[in-house]
Amino acid sequence: MDMSVDFAGLKLKNPILTASGTFGFGLEFKRFGNLESLGGIIVKGLSLKPREGNPMPRIAETPCGMLNAIGIQNPGVEVFLKDRLPKLPWKTLPVLVNLYATDATEFGELAKVLSTEEGVAALEVNVSCPNVKEGGIAFGQDPSQITKVAEAVKKNAGNKPVIIKLSPNVTDIATCARAAEDGGADGISLINTLSGMAVDIERRAPRLTNVIGGLSGPAVKPVALRCVFQAVNAVKIPVIGLGGISSAEDAAEFLLVGAAAVQIGTANFLSPDTAFKIAEELPKVLERVNAKSLDEFRGSLKLPK
Amino acid sequence: MSANNCRAVKVIDVKPLGHSSPDEEIIELKLEYPGWRSGWRVGQFVMIRPVSWPLDLIWGRPFSICNADDNTLTILFQVVGRGTKRLAELTTGDKVNIWGPLGSFFSKPKDRPILMLAGGMGIAPFCGYVDSHDQPENLKLFFAHRPPLENYPLNSISEKVEVEDLRETKPEDILNIIARIDELVKEYADKKGLIVACGPTPFLRTVRSASIKYGVEAELSLENRMACGVGACLGCVTKDSTGHHTQVCTTGPVFKATDISLED
Ligand SMILES: Cc1cc2nc3c(=O)[nH]c(=O)nc-3n(C[C@H](O)[C@H](O)[C@H](O)COP(=O)(O)OP(=O)(O)OC[C@H]3O[C@@H](n4cnc5c(N)ncnc54)[C@H](O)[C@@H]3O)c2cc1C
Ligand SMILES: Cc1cc2nc3c(=O)[nH]c(=O)nc-3n(C[C@H](O)[C@H](O)[C@H](O)COP(=O)(O)O)c2cc1C
Ligand code: FES
Repeated sequence: MDMSVDFAGLKLKNPILTASGTFGFGLEFKRFGNLESLGGIIVKGLSLKPREGNPMPRIAETPCGMLNAIGIQNPGVEVFLKDRLPKLPWKTLPVLVNLYATDATEFGELAKVLSTEEGVAALEVNVSCPNVKEGGIAFGQDPSQITKVAEAVKKNAGNKPVIIKLSPNVTDIATCARAAEDGGADGISLINTLSGMAVDIERRAPRLTNVIGGLSGPAVKPVALRCVFQAVNAVKIPVIGLGGISSAEDAAEFLLVGAAAVQIGTANFLSPDTAFKIAEELPKVLERVNAKSLDEFRGSLKLPK
Repeated sequence: MSANNCRAVKVIDVKPLGHSSPDEEIIELKLEYPGWRSGWRVGQFVMIRPVSWPLDLIWGRPFSICNADDNTLTILFQVVGRGTKRLAELTTGDKVNIWGPLGSFFSKPKDRPILMLAGGMGIAPFCGYVDSHDQPENLKLFFAHRPPLENYPLNSISEKVEVEDLRETKPEDILNIIARIDELVKEYADKKGLIVACGPTPFLRTVRSASIKYGVEAELSLENRMACGVGACLGCVTKDSTGHHTQVCTTGPVFKATDISLED
């Protein structure tokens, strides 16, 4: 079955991408599978300047998921472009860069730096991190800010597709999706993590130094699926679905509600070959459920009358 | 596809050691050797996640490679929580996903006195260290532990090298352990030796300060909590000597004492 996807002009071999922050810079996974068998990879969130991130401990395992408060630790965009990107097979593997900044202007600057980089296929804009004080979740909860950031990035991104990554921690996801579309985004991705918390009754203390973190993994899948469903029906631009996908069947569920592509996040920790396996198995799953093609299957959810 | 760096292998044997009580059980887990073409080095670790684990346990669990040959990979672990409890329930023939060998390793210089300092399960990598060292007569092990000595697989070590141990049964014992580490580290500084250490963070902190105080070269293996084990999630970081966060799973787990800070 032909699995290729045209996402806002971006050609993907298949709809399987890896989620930012769960796949490093891709290089870490080279010894566990063929990177070029994926639709693309989305690298760890990058900022203009390097960031140390939050103090330890910053991860905790929770039922069917995990909490993280990494706080966008990253080496900065320059180091990425100089040391990491050249080592990736970017000519045959779409490398999408995830952006983090504290305001619309800074997002614009970051986009400008990346706009002329041949090896960067598209920009994914993180306006939804629950683990940082500035430019994080509060930002992504304000539709007017979402529009402003989308405009700033789009204006500076050259001809690179711009994807706005939304937070599920909002009352109305459809409004946020439309806000991104209004700002000129070429696509949206969702969901980022759900704001959550874990405590230890013996130490009577939070499990994360940051107290609050972002919940991800299979536990969030129903929320993610609902958000994708609502977003798909709210905008015309394509939607990338993610949140708790850990099998090819899970990926198919997101495609069924209308996602153009999907991302594999926390499941990369179940074992480092998870994304490769899902990319391999997805065509078999679609055949099993009698899909004629990816296009025929996508969005073919039958709703109750 | 994933070559042999991530594979499902069979459990050969799961053996509780000594007469450990359920709350301090120590288990020797023997697995099929995953056939790593590049081999492995002492101090490296693996991530293990049984195929049967449902999604309520997300992460694999990191364990030092205790020993390995062409057929068998041996892991030694203590039951401390949900994951290790379920690992202890594995039986012969069960399949586990295993990825590795991961991380950095201990150096094994020849013709130099080497002091191995192990705290609790920190003993695990030293089984392989002793077995793979050409001159075991240059090695000595100091072992601080809580469960009784017979719960650890010390036979293979004590046959070849001098072993000294101190058991912690009450809080005051910790002071004796700290004092003894200090003395030993000083002794190895005088001998221009090397110290290799593995154990809980407070134990490593003691080793680190003593080694810096006496100016002796020391390598420490850290046991931070890990999600991916491959450098991707940034959940396992420690502070290096310049105050920057660095991944324990890929830059470590074995660090030079002077390269990290280990502050609270
Ligand atoms: C590189 C590396 C090598 C390691 N090698 C070994 C080894 O050879 N043998 C071994 O037994 N362990 C080793 N560990 C530690 C081991 O990974 C943990 O004990 C294990 O992950 C705990 O899993 P769990 O699900 O049982 O505990 P969880 O359910 O995750 O935690 C349960 C409780 O146990 C506590 N806990 C977690 N880790 C430890 C620990 N190490 N000691 C005491 N309490 C702990 C937690 O704080 C928590 O309170 C190593 C860790 C690393 C990073
Ligand atoms: C450890 C970790 C780090 C993350 N870092 C980022 C990041 O830098 N930028 C970003 O947009 N999302 C980040 N995320 C969110 C994921 O990309 C994803 O949106 C979320 O985990 C939900 O998907 P999942 O359930 O499949 O993991 C991170 C998630 C985790 C678990
Ligand atoms: S465990 Fe994920 S980066 Fe070290």
